[in-house]
Amino acid sequence: MESQNNLQNHRQAYWRANIRILTILLSIWFIVSFGCGILFVDQLNQIKLGGFKLGFWMAQQGSIYTFVVLIFVYVQLMNKLDQKFSFNEKND
Amino acid sequence: MDVQTWTYIIVGLSFTLYIGIAIWSKAKSTSEFYVAGGSVSPLANGMATAADWMSAASFISMAGLIAFMGYDGTVYLMGWTGGYVLLALMLAPYLRKFGKFTVPDFIGERYYSKAARIVALLCAIFISFTYVAGQMRGVGVVFSRFLEVDIYWGVLIGMSIVFTYAVLGGMKGITYTQVAQYCVLIFAYMTPAFFISLMLTGNPIPQLGFGGELKEGGYLLDKLDKVVTDLGFTAYTAQTKSTTDIFFITLALMVGTAGLPHVIIRFFTVPKVRDARISAGWALLFIAILYTTAPAVATFARYNIIDTVNEKPYAEMPTWFKKWEETKLISFEDKNRDGKIQFYNDKNEIFKSKAVTNGWKGNELKVDRDIMVLANPEIAGLPNWVIALVAAGGLAAALSTAAGLLLVISTSISHDLMKKTINPNITDKQELIYARIAAGCAIIIAGYFGINPPGFVAQVVAFAFGLAASSFFPAIVLGIFYKRMNKEGAIAGMIAGIVFTAAYIIYFKFISPEANVQANWWFGISPEGIGGIGMLLNFAISIVVSKLTSPPPPEVQELVENIRVPNKD
Repeated sequence: MESQNNLQNHRQAYWRANIRILTILLSIWFIVSFGCGILFVDQLNQIKLGGFKLGFWMAQQGSIYTFVVLIFVYVQLMNKLDQKFSFNEKND
Repeated sequence: MDVQTWTYIIVGLSFTLYIGIAIWSKAKSTSEFYVAGGSVSPLANGMATAADWMSAASFISMAGLIAFMGYDGTVYLMGWTGGYVLLALMLAPYLRKFGKFTVPDFIGERYYSKAARIVALLCAIFISFTYVAGQMRGVGVVFSRFLEVDIYWGVLIGMSIVFTYAVLGGMKGITYTQVAQYCVLIFAYMTPAFFISLMLTGNPIPQLGFGGELKEGGYLLDKLDKVVTDLGFTAYTAQTKSTTDIFFITLALMVGTAGLPHVIIRFFTVPKVRDARISAGWALLFIAILYTTAPAVATFARYNIIDTVNEKPYAEMPTWFKKWEETKLISFEDKNRDGKIQFYNDKNEIFKSKAVTNGWKGNELKVDRDIMVLANPEIAGLPNWVIALVAAGGLAAALSTAAGLLLVISTSISHDLMKKTINPNITDKQELIYARIAAGCAIIIAGYFGINPPGFVAQVVAFAFGLAASSFFPAIVLGIFYKRMNKEGAIAGMIAGIVFTAAYIIYFKFISPEANVQANWWFGISPEGIGGIGMLLNFAISIVVSKLTSPPPPEVQELVENIRVPNKD
């Protein structure tokens, strides 16, 4: 019974940590795509990045690069988290 | 060698490769047929997912659409990539841990309900058929334009290729052909893009060239903004749709992407949860290569076409112009009989007086959006083998997506309908036979729609994304992240989401298309974006209904606990 409870708590702590990672990464996802690329595109377009207006560049290039980076960061963070909680899968 | 010979050689070689892979990877069990035995490496799955995802529309049509939409084309660029972040963070790892074969499998077991499974399986079949008809059409179009074969034969050849590797190899055959198809399509997309970027801006990397300076001076985008506004169009980098509409279309496409069954099932094919995570990263990286090139290609193409045709004498048009005129993708009508081509926005009221002063009597050139990718190598004067490569790339994109969709249809029928709903006693062998028959029938139906396309194919694409966004996505996300979620809530939510979204789209697209203008839209959201609202509605109703009814049984709660952690116990 005791170990059952321990497992429960252990899983819950893991899940909370997971949700924290998701919240942070998805906030960045939202700010970069919907924020910079759509809602604040006009303001950002006042800034020039070489031949690009910044808002336009965020919408058609920057957001996509950020998406790729976000997933790889997520993979790193989750692999570390799995290790910390000894939830890493065995190589079977 | 001429273009046609090159095309026969390159397309023939690529088809031989696909058939070879099919023979090598014959599926022997349902597990191999449905999920390639769950043994695909994350990198290979990433490539396969990218090919699965990038359809004839991404390859052939997207850059052309963006070329004419300018900034507004952002909805496709962000909408069709951003969903992968949701997929990677909120769906793929947990569904991999769940470890079954199909999306209706998850819905049926998580919501302990045959009714939920059937709703899900009908949605999966509908979404996939909608999509696959367009792919077969794409195959026919490429064949008829590059090889001058009748569309009918083009579709038939495409069908028999897909038939061979999908029916024989199932997911296993499809996966490894998709890996090969990704390589073909990305090489075919990038080669002309490099050349054109180099010729126009002196920088071979299209992602940089697009923000670079023109050879004759000045930034390309600034010049393009000026050139198009001088012709009465909206500036290329400026917005024409309302911000609300852009927001919701992007949202619906993102969430719809994450909810598309043929994309989700790709993550059942890797061995472990951590593989599912990294595999989503590879997939998006491979997709991003094309998706960050497309807006550059769009800019180059818009600039090139105006530069080549506008105010130039028709008699001096290059050979590609005449060639594509025959296919009716481009057509010229000399309205003011001055022998020159006027290509401008004659719908712009303010611009009318200028047109009169110039002696222009209306826009004289009609350009099909698809020409922007298909004719790009010719417009840029690239060698014949590059043109042939584009044909092979378009075919790879269409065939790979078609195969993924056909697999969803076949597993929905053999697994979710035959095995799980009608007769649970059938053996693995029998189920495999059903799967092959279902795949075969689905190909024939898809081929029929490819040859006789229903007039509404373009309209129903909004449907596919709207439905995926308003049905699957909330049901799966709540199934993982909200333990209290029960079957009453999920079914009520899915039905509400689908009915709302479908009604809105059917009303504006089919019942009264003439009313399909911004003034009539709810909150200014077009039918393309309504899936975003449908999704929110689904979430709200699911949660409310679930709170008012009894919690799910303990074994289902245990299932949720279990899929939340990656290890076995």
